[in-house]
Amino acid sequence: MPETPSTSRRGLLFGTAAISAGALLTACTSNEPKKQEAATDNAPVADDKPGKAVTIGFAGPQADHGWLNAINQNAKSRAERYSDVTLEITEGSNDTAAQIGQVQTLINKKVDVLVILPADGKALTQVGLQAMKAGIPVVNLDRIFASPQAYRCWIGGDNYGMGLNAGNYIGEQLKDKPNAKVIELAGLDNLELTKQRTQGFDDALKNYPNIKKVARQAADFTVESGQAKMAQLLQAQSQFDALWNHDDDQGVGALRAIAQAGRKDFLMVGGAGAKSAMDAIKADDSVLKATVLYPPTMAASAIDLARALGQGKGVSGMAELEIPASLTLYSAVVTKDNVDQYLPTGFN
Amino acid sequence: MTQPATPAQQDAPMPAAKSAQDKGGSRRPLGLRLDVRNLSLLGVLAVLVAVGGITKPDEFLATSNLQLVLTQASVIGVVTVGMTFVITSGGIDLSVGAIVALASVWATTVATQEYGFTGILFTAVIVGVGCGLVNGLLIAYGRMVPFIATLAMLASARGLALQITDGKTQIVTVDSVLDLGIRDAYILGIPPLVLVFAAVTVIGWLVLNRTTFGRRTVAVGGNAEAARLAGIDVRRQRLYLYLLSGLCCGIAAFMLIVLAGSGQNTNGNLYELDAIAAAIIGGTLLSGGRGTIVGSVLGVLVFTTITNIFALNNLESAVQQIAKGAIIVAAVLVQHRTLRGGDA
Repeated sequence: MPETPSTSRRGLLFGTAAISAGALLTACTSNEPKKQEAATDNAPVADDKPGKAVTIGFAGPQADHGWLNAINQNAKSRAERYSDVTLEITEGSNDTAAQIGQVQTLINKKVDVLVILPADGKALTQVGLQAMKAGIPVVNLDRIFASPQAYRCWIGGDNYGMGLNAGNYIGEQLKDKPNAKVIELAGLDNLELTKQRTQGFDDALKNYPNIKKVARQAADFTVESGQAKMAQLLQAQSQFDALWNHDDDQGVGALRAIAQAGRKDFLMVGGAGAKSAMDAIKADDSVLKATVLYPPTMAASAIDLARALGQGKGVSGMAELEIPASLTLYSAVVTKDNVDQYLPTGFN
Repeated sequence: MTQPATPAQQDAPMPAAKSAQDKGGSRRPLGLRLDVRNLSLLGVLAVLVAVGGITKPDEFLATSNLQLVLTQASVIGVVTVGMTFVITSGGIDLSVGAIVALASVWATTVATQEYGFTGILFTAVIVGVGCGLVNGLLIAYGRMVPFIATLAMLASARGLALQITDGKTQIVTVDSVLDLGIRDAYILGIPPLVLVFAAVTVIGWLVLNRTTFGRRTVAVGGNAEAARLAGIDVRRQRLYLYLLSGLCCGIAAFMLIVLAGSGQNTNGNLYELDAIAAAIIGGTLLSGGRGTIVGSVLGVLVFTTITNIFALNNLESAVQQIAKGAIIVAAVLVQHRTLRGGDA
């Protein structure tokens, strides 16, 4: 993901490690070092140069939320960068049945590769299988299909890791404070990802016996719900040391409720990586001190992977001849110290 | 209105000239019945307050919490007042949540924010009234069923809100608007939004119970044909009612902007159901002909108090929803029992 400096640095590290490992393996096992060498050098690797024309079908979510909107934008702008890529986009939908119909339309259009961010991964598994059977490789974006047969490659964020990193960051901030209290403003409780974020958070807090989670309320990922639920939480907890809020969109409302209540006595960590949250972290004038990324740039990477799939190429910087079967993004913690690095990926 | 028009009036013993007074007289039995309903709702509210006070004595009865409960009731409360009028007239407005969303995102566009406080307030109200006008015209003069017309408005207003925002959250940067929601702006300890809610409630009550407009609303809801024969312009009345509901949505949208500091296309989600539920629990007949503003406001307060108690006790959202459903059923059952007792 060249758009994220850190990620590309990480990619570089990873790539270097992979290449070293590959080299080591080669050195140990190969009887034909020269041929291997040649393969590594000339492996067909996707790059920015125009190649075989690829039509990518994109079935995304209804962009009624900052992060989901950023997903669609990332996919579109990335596809525009490649002269050899044609993007067929369906109308985003949160309705499972409607989205199945849209994917089927794309299959009938015989696109070369499909990128699908399902409204519900489990519910769209069948249509993923259908596409794969029709010979169209599927890049499954973020919400994962129930069967690995339904996709060629999965790329997505790490919900558990978000919770884990948020918990560890808060833990480090409060590790010297006896009987520290934290509260959690979760997202939509009927989504599995919310449970995963909470699980990661709880697991991280186990590393810090001095910290206790005293309250958890779920909001709806909206500003309005964030404001309402946070106002209640503030009322219920007269004193606490840290707050983890799962989502920066609802965080706008949560920050509003905190300002309305005139509270400044704790630190807040957000989630997702909205630009408004990063701006607030940079300005350092509110309780918001960090946010845990769930980068929408994964949609751009999904287009990269789909293009590589369509052109039968591997991924640059890796010794593999094929693109990987799955890629989990890292949920970096953005703080005042590194916010400048991540600001370009912040979404509105 | 000088014509002795409503069905209720026909039973009135007094001459038509003293219409205001005799209407009060003829409606007294109805008023008493409503009071019984309201008393039972007050009872439910009292039980809830007791539960809150017992489970979380320090937090629940704190001034700041009472301010919070009232503030959170305010936005949906204003919508419910408008909804009560519409339901009393035998109609329904399914588009209130979508209108709140559209008004709030339109009022928070960058262009509107340049005009500051008045720009935002004015846009929100105008958009609300505009949507109400479309609803009203479709229903009154297009002869569409209210359910269908407002369902169409629900879909298109939400769509337009999504298009305007492009799914993004529009953050408000106008300080004078934001300041209305913070503690410094409280007047005698009362949040400004609560004062708006109170004002809308009082005006709503006066209009429904003490004006010709209110009597016409009840008459149209009771029997539209009889009302028409009695000389009421039923169509115009309906138009005004949906305009009124739209106006309330516009005001509520502004209040939401103050509260949440932003406009988002997901604003006002499920307000239609909350407002209808509050009005029905309050004793407004879904079939029309009877409406009570006080009951609706009590209904809203019951809902908000439940939510508050749940949050204070840190209940899980699944448990919250189950309990909320159970309490709605309980509240209505208690009401019916009380009513039957009162009638017997």
